[in-house]
Amino acid sequence: MAETECKREQEWTTVIKPRTSLFDIDLKELWRFRDLYTIFVSRDIKTQYKQTILGPLWFLIQPVLTTVMYMVVFGGIAGISTDGLPQALFYLAGICLWQYFAQCLNATSSTFISNAAIFGKVYFPRLIVPLSVVTSQLVRFGIQLFLFVCVYLYYVLFTDSSVAPNLYALLFPLLVVMLAGLGLGFGIFFSSLTTKYRDLTLLLTFFVQLWMYGTPVIYPLSTIENEKLLFLMQLNPLTHIFEAFKYGVLGVGTMSWGGLVYAFVFMSVLLSVGILIFNRVQRSFMDTV
Amino acid sequence: MSAAIEFCHVSKQYRLGYVSSRTISSDIQRWITMNILGKEDPFLKIGETNDRSTKGSSDYVWALKDIDFKIEQGEVLGIIGKNGAGKSTLLKLLSRVTSPSTGLIRAKGRIASLLEVGTGFHQELTGRENIYMNGAILGMTRKEIRGKLDEIVEFSGCERYIDTPVKRYSSGMMVRLGFAVAAHLDPEILVVDEVLAVGDAEFQRKAIGKMQDVSKGEGRTVLFVSHNMASVKSLCTKGILLKNGMVDYSGTVEDTINRYLKYDDTTRKKKIIENVQYVKPTLHITKIEINGTENSESVLLSGQKSLKVRIEGETMEEMKYDVKVIIKNKESVPYATYANGHTNGEISYQDKGKFVFEREIELPSMLCQGRFLVDLSLHHPNIEYQMIAENCCELDSLGYQNSYGQVLQSSVCGFYGMTDIN
Repeated sequence: MAETECKREQEWTTVIKPRTSLFDIDLKELWRFRDLYTIFVSRDIKTQYKQTILGPLWFLIQPVLTTVMYMVVFGGIAGISTDGLPQALFYLAGICLWQYFAQCLNATSSTFISNAAIFGKVYFPRLIVPLSVVTSQLVRFGIQLFLFVCVYLYYVLFTDSSVAPNLYALLFPLLVVMLAGLGLGFGIFFSSLTTKYRDLTLLLTFFVQLWMYGTPVIYPLSTIENEKLLFLMQLNPLTHIFEAFKYGVLGVGTMSWGGLVYAFVFMSVLLSVGILIFNRVQRSFMDTV
Repeated sequence: MSAAIEFCHVSKQYRLGYVSSRTISSDIQRWITMNILGKEDPFLKIGETNDRSTKGSSDYVWALKDIDFKIEQGEVLGIIGKNGAGKSTLLKLLSRVTSPSTGLIRAKGRIASLLEVGTGFHQELTGRENIYMNGAILGMTRKEIRGKLDEIVEFSGCERYIDTPVKRYSSGMMVRLGFAVAAHLDPEILVVDEVLAVGDAEFQRKAIGKMQDVSKGEGRTVLFVSHNMASVKSLCTKGILLKNGMVDYSGTVEDTINRYLKYDDTTRKKKIIENVQYVKPTLHITKIEINGTENSESVLLSGQKSLKVRIEGETMEEMKYDVKVIIKNKESVPYATYANGHTNGEISYQDKGKFVFEREIELPSMLCQGRFLVDLSLHHPNIEYQMIAENCCELDSLGYQNSYGQVLQSSVCGFYGMTDIN
């Protein structure tokens, strides 16, 4: 109506419209801002431990202390099985993976609120921010993984433990992508919802804490005998990722192709829906944030 | 010449109250207050200005309504209007910070918006790192920034601190660095909100100069929002006046400014006469005009030669009087005084009855740009005051413009420039 009144005789490079279709995602634009993405990633890494004495060592201290604590509480006091694996290795594997997922989720879920000041002043594809968060967390994850590999090699080479990697270990990159995808998907989904109601932010922190106990992080899936509980556990896409990792790298766990496919489809759907909603919200969130 | 930006019937609607709520509980609270207790929205925060403050029949408010205009390539458009007229909303739409409710905006070329200086600066990062950061946020690639880094650093004047975290910077240095980055953007369209309000005089001059270069030398299109009429006038070629979210006027920058100031005057309720603090009981003042208006705010045009003062009233006794006018700056530092009684001993005489006192005061040939306050009084020198009206009106001087179109700032030059004796 109003649009047709204006002549279309010229080539416009930018068109700002009220409402675009749900699927109007400008990937070209995202690509054009790739430099911003790398700068955001390096900012996140550089600034995290500025003005600390130990610096990036903190990336290692956290998982080490957590592992020791788990060994005492869950391994020692509660006596939860680790499928015959050395406790340190078992917990460290779970903690590294879980930390990555949880950090991705927590950090991306506040995208809109914590960046409102920038978003309110200048436009760039908002998706750059959660993407860069997931990437900078990957660096942190990489450092922690290095620690895991050291501990792993120690157990493989110097002890006669039952650690037995197999070909499924090659699935590892895919598993990381799935973890990142799930964290990002949930994160941007929540961040889109929290622009209006902040209650969800509080709920989320709490929810992530509880979620860890619903995922085989500190116990193997094989210890679950209750059928219903097992079914519920398998609904959790993270279960399959964690189990596949432990199966491939450590040689124990419940590897299930069906579960992995389920997790992958879950991740893809969640991520697509998340991106669509995020894209929709980014256009007008400044009015409600 | 072809259009660089086109606004086609653009409107932006806000829903009142849905703007500032943060939690479900506050939404519930509002619902209870409004629907059960029948009171007004407790979270209503916007729309307190203009006509929109009065409670309307609907919850919706049009921040912008049916904006329709074109900007040619290479034009510098000044957008003026009172607070809440929709200027910033317009820029926000153009910078894609938020999207319009209806209509369409089309533009040719890259749009860079400067709604704030130094957006996204991270306190912990060094000046250099922040240049990359800020540049990338504004849409530059790493390569572009690298190519201009030296220029940017030099323009900012922060060479010495460029590898220091910006949290150690003074606020002025941050602004300089931020503007330096923005000034080296190469967009086809530059959108600038009142960023010049910050920074010292040197920086402001530099910033205005840079913006003039960009528009005049490089043929880029600039949209500029400011309340500072002098900088709008010196920078812009065309103007748009917004009023209550609608385009009230568009035309040359001079016409737009004049219209804005005039409209500003008629809507201002305060009259000079309402600012009279003391009148001798035997005297009755009915009308005071300064600069040809009864309103307490008016404009000294650039090149204006005289200031007229007119006082009407009635006296119950004969009086000896003198008209005294003091022009001072906002900090109440007097710049110039007109008082013939004091300086020349010229005392006037008035019989009982109605009177009209008129004076036409010669103004300096070169006025500075700035806002001045006026003290007006009637007195019999060294004996008594018959009327005192301090700060009774404000004069907005557009300032003398030399051939380069620059304006003498009162903060820099004092009241006026000195001229040759002959």
